[in-house]
Amino acid sequence: MSKILIRGAKVLGGEAQDVLIDGETIAEVGTGLSAEGATVIEADGQILLPGLVDLHTHLREPGREDSETVLTGTRAAASGGYTAVFAMANTHPVADTAGVVEQVWRLGKESGYCDVQPIGAVTVGLEGKKLAELGAMHDSAAGVTVFSDDGKCVDDAVIMRRALEYVKAFGGVVAQHAQEPRLTEGAQMNEGIVSAELGLGGWPAVAEESIIARDVLLAEHVGSRVHICHLSTAGSVEIVRWAKSRGIDVTAEVTPHHLLLTDELVRSYNPVYKVNPPLRTEKDVLALREALADGTIDIVATDHAPHPHEDKDCEWAAAAMGMVGLETALSVVQQTMVETGLLDWAGVAERMSFAPARIGAADGHGRPVSAGEPANLTLVDPAYRGVVDPADFASRSRNTPYEGRELPGRVTHTFLRGRATVVDGKLA
Amino acid sequence: MMRHLISAADLTRDDAVQILDTAEEMARVADRPIKKLPTLRGRTICNLFFEDSTRTRISFEAAEKRLSADVINFAAKGSSVSKGESLKDTAQTLEAMGVDAVVIRHGASGAPYRLATSGWIDAPVINAGDGTHQHPTQALLDAFTMRRRLVGRDAGLGQDLAGKRITLVGDVLHSRVARSNVDLLHTLGAEVTLVAPPTLVPVGVETWPCDVSYDLDSVLPKSDAVMMLRVQRERMNAAFFPTEREYSRRYGLDGERMAKMPEHAIVMHPGPMVRGMEITAEVADSDRCTVVEQVANGVSVRMAVLYLLLGGNESAVSHTRTEESK
Amino acid sequence: MDTQQQYGDEARPVLEAPDIARVLTRIAHEIVERAKGADDVVLLGIPTRGVFLARRLAEKLESITGTKVPVGSLDITMYRDDLRMKPARAIGRTEIPGDGIDGRLVVLVDDVLFSGRTIRAALDALGDIGRPRAVQLAVLVDRGHRELPIRADYVGKNLPTSLRETVKVQLAEEDGRDTVLLGSKPAS
Repeated sequence: MSKILIRGAKVLGGEAQDVLIDGETIAEVGTGLSAEGATVIEADGQILLPGLVDLHTHLREPGREDSETVLTGTRAAASGGYTAVFAMANTHPVADTAGVVEQVWRLGKESGYCDVQPIGAVTVGLEGKKLAELGAMHDSAAGVTVFSDDGKCVDDAVIMRRALEYVKAFGGVVAQHAQEPRLTEGAQMNEGIVSAELGLGGWPAVAEESIIARDVLLAEHVGSRVHICHLSTAGSVEIVRWAKSRGIDVTAEVTPHHLLLTDELVRSYNPVYKVNPPLRTEKDVLALREALADGTIDIVATDHAPHPHEDKDCEWAAAAMGMVGLETALSVVQQTMVETGLLDWAGVAERMSFAPARIGAADGHGRPVSAGEPANLTLVDPAYRGVVDPADFASRSRNTPYEGRELPGRVTHTFLRGRATVVDGKLA
Repeated sequence: MMRHLISAADLTRDDAVQILDTAEEMARVADRPIKKLPTLRGRTICNLFFEDSTRTRISFEAAEKRLSADVINFAAKGSSVSKGESLKDTAQTLEAMGVDAVVIRHGASGAPYRLATSGWIDAPVINAGDGTHQHPTQALLDAFTMRRRLVGRDAGLGQDLAGKRITLVGDVLHSRVARSNVDLLHTLGAEVTLVAPPTLVPVGVETWPCDVSYDLDSVLPKSDAVMMLRVQRERMNAAFFPTEREYSRRYGLDGERMAKMPEHAIVMHPGPMVRGMEITAEVADSDRCTVVEQVANGVSVRMAVLYLLLGGNESAVSHTRTEESK
Repeated sequence: MDTQQQYGDEARPVLEAPDIARVLTRIAHEIVERAKGADDVVLLGIPTRGVFLARRLAEKLESITGTKVPVGSLDITMYRDDLRMKPARAIGRTEIPGDGIDGRLVVLVDDVLFSGRTIRAALDALGDIGRPRAVQLAVLVDRGHRELPIRADYVGKNLPTSLRETVKVQLAEEDGRDTVLLGSKPAS
């Protein structure tokens, strides 16, 4: 493998420096580095980040290859600046055995665009009744450490307690999709002023908050750690803040769309805005941004949820929930967090790379940009302004809520262990 | 006048009054030997019903036929829709057949809005009830009935419902009739009060242009019209109220309660009534109850809406008239 | 558009209030003569100004014959053949006198007879309301340019016009004064 010199990039948004990649690792970081024998990338004005890590991606394979495959999903990830993604377990069949998680893991290896770390289901078939073989999945080649029934809530308090306890044996973590099922029967959107007008079934904030409150208390009681998926309400923020102040080992994520979009958009009845958890109010959005800035919320995770066109080109009630997000996540974070002054680029690196890699124990990812570290890197041009055109997506699906919206920033280069997966904004 | 009728909230006061005034003229057609106008001759209107509603469908059909439109009734049951065909495909099929307007009833809130705005079809869309969202022609026929009874048939022409106190009682949460009526009655200047058990009032109602009360007896003496909404028995199983009997006792309208209403006040119901549940037979059959009138008025109001939406040419929205050829 | 500016500044009166009163009196006499009395006459004005003319004629008939003549209005909007060429317009009032029109002599009353299409629509509308013994037509002004085989039985004034000219009838009930104006269309 040849040498690559990234010249003049602001490392984590700091001073402009040169970064020399030699093979799979970062050889040198400094100023005025020699370009001898190296391909030079002039990165004046650009930001160099550690390769992004997404703790919450739906790759849909096996089972729904019409909406995404491991290959197309990892290409989308690389385009968005990601070098590692955690693939959710709600595939068909469900990733609840060593066999399925190894299959996904192997497909990720073969894709070559991005490391794929499978997430194992907590319960068999995501049914919430019986624990899946968590240990077997951990011991498999995939080495699963994150377990989640995402898409469904582990609503049975006893099953949740057992899962939290059981994964302690191998340092695993349960990522909870917090949604009290009875309170959300027939729910179509955030319950509030807009749902009352539109006559769409309400999805109360308390359905999320009550589960989070229960789970942080359970985690405290059994001395385990818990991760909260896609936190979406101001009330959830307060509960997590309280839990952390109490010393409970809880981490939490927020999606880019919950940092930007509100339920007002549902007035269009356009199912591209239909997502689980639902878009909330302006007040929630501001609370989530603040919580991400102050560290109450640890990470940004995309909840990239591809769906085929026909599942969104219909009436609201019939539409599938979810949005693609890998290719727009960084731009949304730049707009909502960096350009608002809430977070600097080092903060972005923490919340989109270091912390998610730590929570999911992703080896070789979320490492400092310094000599000797694996060359997993993302180069961003923050000055870029572009209008989102889903036709440009590498993902197989187009269900983005940002079509036609101007977003800042663009990933110009992504490096996975020294190899460029994205060059000049295009997949290599 | 807009191209579609999706929500009562889209109507201005003047739009609404024009519809009501036009409906008064349409009502006269019913008194003639030949109850028919040639106005929509050669136009094809499809009644696209994804939800069973014989009443509403028949009312639209009568209105369409009185205006001489060709009518296609499309019920989802037993059609390709029940075999999984999407709303989009169904709509495009109808458009390909040359349908000039679509009257749609759908169980999903927002389906008519989607149909009108998604680019799937060009034809005007009239909402005949969508989920728990809107039922604008119902609100218009209710307003029409109120104006006739409370202002007067001729005296009402050109008038709105300013200052009239209207009370809606029952399952507001699941009611498209309630939502449409609150919007339209407010636009027409009426003062609206919703009365329901707290479980059947939506979260977020505080932004609606109306008052909310849990106490029917205190509201009745201050009501010019009381509209009883249908309460489905299955709501009881979802714990919205404990028993049918308790519901009737607290929110049902019987003769004793009706006596608390002012002399001139009327009782309305969008139908079909659940007698014994929200309304007793005594009330339903009394002179003050306008249920049968509402049905007749429904045809007139729908004729007015169809005429105003479809009677002119496409450019009804942008008034670029050249010259009057007398 | 029935607005003043459309008739230009040079619009000139061709009938003034006394003329209008005189021709209505003459038409009333003609009706009595041809109908041999006014016993079964029903006057139906076409909104807007035809209705006012019909009412004035009814008064005159009553003063001539001593009997009250039923008068009503017949809106023809819904029967127009040019509905789809223009935005939907507000419809006028149709008011048929209590005894109906079956077997009666209906005299339709309008202000200006031009293409004849309005009268064609009125005949269609009448057919849906009942079956008169006969239908006649009274107009204040006949300006020519018929597009259909229709003629008036009673004409206040024949006014040969060019298609570039406009004829505007104003009546006190609606416009505050009685006059018939001949103008020219503004250059388009």
